[in-house]
Amino acid sequence: MSAPSLDRALFDSPGPRGRRRIRYLSAVTLLAFVAVMALGLQRFAAHGQLAAGKWRPFTQTGYLRFLWAGLRGTLLATGISALLTFPLGTALALARLSHRRPLRYLATGYVELLRGLPLLLVIYAFLLALPTYGINLPILWKLVVPIVMVNAAVVAETLRAGVRALDRGQSEAAGALGLTHWQSLRAVVLPQAIRVVLPSLVAQLVTLVKDSTLGYVVSYPELMTQGNALTVYTHLLIQTFLVIAAVYLAINIAISRLATGLEARLRRPRPGRALRATMLRSAGPPDR
Amino acid sequence: MEIVLSHLGILFSGFGATLELSVIGFVAGGVLGTLLAVCRVVPVAPLRVFGSVYVEVFRNIPLVALLTLVVFGLPDAGVTYSLFDSAALCLTLVAAAYVCEAVRGGINAVPVGQAEAARAIGLSLGQSLRAVILPQALRCMVQPLVNVFIGVALSSSLAAAVGVGELTDHTEQLNLRYAQAIPAFLVAGLLYLAITLSGAAAGARLERRLTVRR
Repeated sequence: MSAPSLDRALFDSPGPRGRRRIRYLSAVTLLAFVAVMALGLQRFAAHGQLAAGKWRPFTQTGYLRFLWAGLRGTLLATGISALLTFPLGTALALARLSHRRPLRYLATGYVELLRGLPLLLVIYAFLLALPTYGINLPILWKLVVPIVMVNAAVVAETLRAGVRALDRGQSEAAGALGLTHWQSLRAVVLPQAIRVVLPSLVAQLVTLVKDSTLGYVVSYPELMTQGNALTVYTHLLIQTFLVIAAVYLAINIAISRLATGLEARLRRPRPGRALRATMLRSAGPPDR
Repeated sequence: MEIVLSHLGILFSGFGATLELSVIGFVAGGVLGTLLAVCRVVPVAPLRVFGSVYVEVFRNIPLVALLTLVVFGLPDAGVTYSLFDSAALCLTLVAAAYVCEAVRGGINAVPVGQAEAARAIGLSLGQSLRAVILPQALRCMVQPLVNVFIGVALSSSLAAAVGVGELTDHTEQLNLRYAQAIPAFLVAGLLYLAITLSGAAAGARLERRLTVRR
């Protein structure tokens, strides 16, 4: 069922001796992993980091409520960023594909500039530079605006790659039908391009979640900020940040799974609903 | 502007640290990532599992959380590295996950028929890898690897959040001391763009040279 993969074409399937060697190697590597893990745990235990007392706080409602507030902040910042990033990125991609030269140059300049700047620098600029010129945003927006500015450039580039990956025949056919440039983009090119890059766009959500961790630079109460605040009182650094890392991992792995699932679904050769409808129509009325 | 220009030395020393972090992270991450890619294709189950778990974890953990754990958490378990080493270590660990996926993607982009043809004319595994698969795979890896380099260079700024004296950190310090925000951030931005754009240009050049004209 699975697609023929390269490593299967490179090796013969192992004979009895090969299988024995693989079993032997598997056992050795497994033992090595267990040994390394045991050493790490022993090191933690030697410094008392595994003591139950250091982990019990994370089962208490007070701690959990404090971290939950942070998680809510993270989700809020990520959600707002996503809601603004994708439309703005699409607008930028359209501007880059425009026939109007000034618009195209402006969008190209913006995308190239913002893709080459680190987010933290942009956040510091909003945090430190703009207030001296009288522009002082609320805390949430000091985080969200830089995130949107930087990520919209990436989304624009992703969409443009999708448009470029599309067969030229699509826009040529649209032109031959008499659609204007804008009409063909909206009705023919973009819907297909978005379909192609949908997995990458979903994966961009992971970046948005990660970017929201910079909230503690602007003291916006998200998960990292709350974690830092918590450790000031508890000094449970390792435990707190391991718990927080696990939460981030759970969110991001779920999003990544969604993206790979979508990718697998889109790759399956299957006529789309619209195409099937036209095929049915051209085939004439069904028998029944 | 004059104040910033007279303190360019501060920015340039930060620039040096940023460049160093980017190169160390990319090169060490490249080596580790290639090893991981090998782990993910050999027929030894524990190694495969290790490879895929590693990639899953380090592609999805926020770098800030990892940096905080290594810089502030590990000393509690008796493991202390210098700030710069911690940042370099974290960048390497994360870069390796992305390099692994870039390498695997490049190898998988080679049509299976190529490997079958190489086997059919009697090349050994090593020969077919060296003469047939890898040259074609490398060509597809250039662009993803350039993206990894740019990502590492930009992520290295996060080291400022745990107090490593690199470009973003020095820019902030300069701004705190002289309140010359716009020029300071302008120069820092230009320096970052210099790294990322030259990385992209080098990649484009390499890709042109690797292209086969048919």
